[in-house]
Parts: sequence; structure tokens; C-alpha cells
Amino acid sequence: MLNRTADNAARATPEPLARKIRGISDKGLAWLFISPTILLLLAINIFPLFWAIYLSFTNYRANRPNEVVKNLGLSNYRRILGDQDIWIAMQTTAHFVFWTILLQTVIGFTLAWLIDRKFRGHAFWTTIILVPMMLSPAVVGNFWRFLYEPQIGLFAYAISFLTGIAPTNVQMLSNVELAPWAIIIVDTWMWTPYVMLICLAGLRSIPEYIYEAAEVDRASNWRQFWSITLPMALPFIMLAVLFRGIENFKMFDMVNLLTGGGPGSTTEVASITLKRQAFESWRTGYSSAFAIVLFVAVFGLANIYVKALNKVKQR
Amino acid sequence: MSLTAAHSVVAPSTNSKRIAGVLVVGYALISIVPLLWIFATSFKTPPDSIAYPPKIVFQPSIEGYCNLFTTRTRQTPEYINALGPATGFCDETVRKRNMVIAGPSNFLPRFVNSLIIAFGSTFCAVFLGTLSAYGFSRFKVPLADDLLFFILSTRMMPPIAVAIPIYLMYRELGLSDTALGMILLYTAVNVSLAVWLLKGFIDEIPREYEEAAMIDGYTRLQAFWRTVLPQATTGIAATAIFCLIFAWNEYAFAALLTSGTAQTAPPFIPTIIGEGGQDWPAVAAGTTIFLVPILVFTILLRKQLLRGITFGAVRK
Repeated sequence: MLNRTADNAARATPEPLARKIRGISDKGLAWLFISPTILLLLAINIFPLFWAIYLSFTNYRANRPNEVVKNLGLSNYRRILGDQDIWIAMQTTAHFVFWTILLQTVIGFTLAWLIDRKFRGHAFWTTIILVPMMLSPAVVGNFWRFLYEPQIGLFAYAISFLTGIAPTNVQMLSNVELAPWAIIIVDTWMWTPYVMLICLAGLRSIPEYIYEAAEVDRASNWRQFWSITLPMALPFIMLAVLFRGIENFKMFDMVNLLTGGGPGSTTEVASITLKRQAFESWRTGYSSAFAIVLFVAVFGLANIYVKALNKVKQR
Repeated sequence: MSLTAAHSVVAPSTNSKRIAGVLVVGYALISIVPLLWIFATSFKTPPDSIAYPPKIVFQPSIEGYCNLFTTRTRQTPEYINALGPATGFCDETVRKRNMVIAGPSNFLPRFVNSLIIAFGSTFCAVFLGTLSAYGFSRFKVPLADDLLFFILSTRMMPPIAVAIPIYLMYRELGLSDTALGMILLYTAVNVSLAVWLLKGFIDEIPREYEEAAMIDGYTRLQAFWRTVLPQATTGIAATAIFCLIFAWNEYAFAALLTSGTAQTAPPFIPTIIGEGGQDWPAVAAGTTIFLVPILVFTILLRKQLLRGITFGAVRK
């Protein structure tokens, strides 16, 4: 109905005038279409970011809103660089990111490479493998606490069944040595499918004729893998690594529910430290400074990522 | 090695296919065990759920679901005997454990919050995202690449870092613990995904369709409405599902910015406790109900999955 009215109006408008309206409306329309998104992001992302930058120079505490706010200059930043706890948290994060990415890349690529063999039913099993990554890391991570329970937990039972260690001694979450691996296992379980899916796309993007040419040249299968398969899938593997790197650098939900940073602070990754500082100790100014430091770090990663992304797109 | 023969001119040998199949199926079966265990635990009684060794064969019961939806208080057997006959299965089960149902639990309202916030924010993000994506795809926007990067970069921030100023801002604006506040926040997070994905989908629609429509006398807006939107339906639907899954699964913002009236299911489910600790069958029941919609969507989406998780960078 509305369209018909508009149609008639469009037809009734004299041609030069219509062109003029369209001429204006093209540029106007572009801004009309884009500006709501930009405004929303300015209000919900950029304004708070500037607020956080301002707070990072103060001693503001969110639980004492009426106290006089003092300007501290750069001292919050200086304290972060000298804070032992922050450095330990960064090391914990690095350990977590390194191992999860290594495991996910190796297992994910191997799976993709096997699936690319297109055995019977491979599409069905691929879908099954993909399921864990779509689920809520918080809700599923929470349930892993039950699986990790010594004795009654399925994971502890399986480990003791396979290794003969008494099931009460498989203390995945309360043992200082094992807890960092407990979160690595869950993250790997959850996100290996992600790496696998991207690697699979990479393997499928390699044109068949290259292998045919290699076959004519009598290149061995081993040689074909190292000279064709791996180099050509590499941009995809890199993309997966960067995506996972950024995500795991900011990891919060799964770790918060599984260990809460414990025992002690053995699994306290950067986001957990940030939460403890900001919402438990209420050191809002200090934690804002830490948040800015983290953001700059992630932003650096993001820049690399966009470059890699463009590289993949050019292929 | 027979395994590496996959990409020879001839198709992979039967043997290498068989080995690959066995390995992949093995991985798939192991990786699915935790999910099957959630499902199984939701149908166990509390004693069965913490039995040693873990019970694989058990008498199914819906006690977990009863406990999920109700709150219960412990009473003396005399008090319970004095009550009238049990009104349903849940009532009967609970009485066997010397308890009576005191009222509904918070699970249902939290689940409804999740629905409202997820669908509300998805609608807003897809609406804004479609308009922006069309703008970026069809018009010469000054600094388009910088703006697109800006839109994406908002997604790179650690959620806790964003949550600190948002917490203060919402406190000032009275948006703390409100569905509106959460919808705004999730829209802002999701709009970056929506713009990037939809720009890819709209780029694939030939401009000639709109140009033809405009030669026929349609305005740009009508051409957008009549030719572009109908062709972008699949892309819009896929984008919407991705936004929905994100908002549905989100935990960090929800845990920090909501506590009561607007709390969603992810921060609520871990707080379900019974007597003497976590009530695992009830947690498993809540988890099962929470996960089933996502399972359905994953299966519907499997062809678009790759595109969604890489912000449209990789297309099949």
C-alpha cells in the first residue's frame, strides 16, 4: 500500500526534479543508514572508553561515589608496571593462550586434514564435532566443575580408570599444578572445532590442479604436504590463531566459573584480575588503567589480525 | 604413507579414508561425552548423580526438572503427613525427601529475561546492521575502511574493561539491572558482527538489480526495499542467528551488570544450589533447557557457520 503510493509519487515527479532528489538522497541516505550505528557505538563503546581513560588518571572508587576525586597523573600506570600481581596474571594469561592455541591448532588442523579425506558420513560427524563451540562457555564451563569433581566426576573417573590413580587424587581444580591445565582442557575441547572449521576451508580452497601437477612431477606425498598443503592453508591457520589469540587473551567467563582464578591465583588470567580489582576491591581508577593497558594490547593484536584478514581475502 | 595420499590425482585410497574416518569419529564421540553427560545427569536423582562409580545406567527421573522450577523447604514427616494428597509428580517426589514445594524458583523469569534481551538486541543489531551494511556496500562513504575498522575494533575490547565505565554510566542513567540497558549493550556488541557479515552478503547481490529498478522509476529507498532486502534474506537470517547465539550465551556483562530483575540465565544457572552444595541434576536440567535452542540453531546454520565465526572473512 505504502509502496504503491510511493511509486505513484515517484512517477509523478518530473524527471529533473526526481534526479535532484535522488542525487541528494544518495549521499543523505548513506549517512542516514550509517549514522545510527556509529552513534550507538559512540554512546555505548567510545564514550565509556574515554570515561575509563579519565578515571585511569584518578583514585576514584565506585563504591564511594561521594568522595573527592584526586588527579593522580600517571601514577596508576606506573604502579601497574611495578605490580607483581599484574605480572603474574600476565604470565598466567600467556601460559593459557600459548597452550590452548598450540593444542587447538595441532588437533584442529589434524582433524580438518582427516575430514578432507571425505570418508563416508564426514558431513554428519563434522556437525557433531562443531557443537561444543556454539554453546555458552559460561553454562558449559560451569558444568565442567561437576565433571572435574574428584571421585564422583566423570573426568576424574575416566583418568583413574585409564591410569590407575585413585579417583580421589584427581583433583583437577584444587591442585595448584593441575588447575591451569583444567582450564586449558576445557578451552581446547570447546574451541578446537573452531580452528578445525577454518582449516577445513583452507584445505578446500587448494585447487586440485596443483596436486595434479605435483603428481606429474612425481612429488612424494610427504613433499606435497609440506610444499603445497601446509603453505597454502597457512593464511587460514594464521587467521584461526589470531582469532583464538584475541578471544583467549580476554578469556573471562569459562575461567571465572570453573576456578574463579583459584586455587590461590594460579589460574588468575588478566580478565579475572581486572574483575577482582574493579568489582571486588573497587579500585576503579587503578583497574581502569589496567583495562586501558589490556585494550591497547588487544588493539595491537587486532591490527595484525586485520592485516592477516585482508591477506586471506585477497586470495 | 597411505594417509598422505589424499590429494593425489586419484581419490584418497579406501584405506586412508577408513583410518581418517575412525579417528574423526573417535574424536567426535569423545568430544560429545560431556554434553551427553549433562543430558543424562538432568534425568538422575540427586543421589544417583553423585554416586561412585558414576552411573551410566540409572532409573530416569524428572526430579532435577522439578527442583529447577521450584524452591523447597524441609519439613517434619508429621507436617507432611498432615498435608492433603500430593498434587502432582513433582510434589510427590519432593515429599519423599521430606520437603514441600514452597514456590516457583527464579529459573523461569531468568529464562524469560534471556529471551527478551536476546531477541530484543538481535532485532536492533540486525536492523542497524542491515542499514549500515547497505550504506557501506553501495555508497562512497568517506573513510569507509577506517569506519569499518572502528566498528570491528569495538568488539576487540575485553568485556570487563568495557564493563567498568558501563557500570558507572548505567548507574547514573538508572539503566543498571534493566532489560533495556542489556539490550542496548548487546546491540552495540553485536552490531559490529552484523555490519561485517551483512556487508559481505550485500556485496554479493549485483548492483544491476537496483539500477534496473531505479531506471523503472523507483527511488533508491524503494529499490533497497524491493530488490536488495528480499535477496539478502538468507544473509539476514544467518546474521540474526549469530547475534542471537551471542546474546543468549553472553555471561561477563550479564554477571557484572545484572543482579536481579534483568538477570539472564547464564549467570543464574551456576547459582542453583540444593542442600549441601550444588544441585547437579537441577543445574543439568537448566543447562539442557538452555542449550537445546542453540543446538537446533547450530544444525540450521551449519552451512553459514564458517562465515559467521570469522566475521565474513572466510566464505565457502
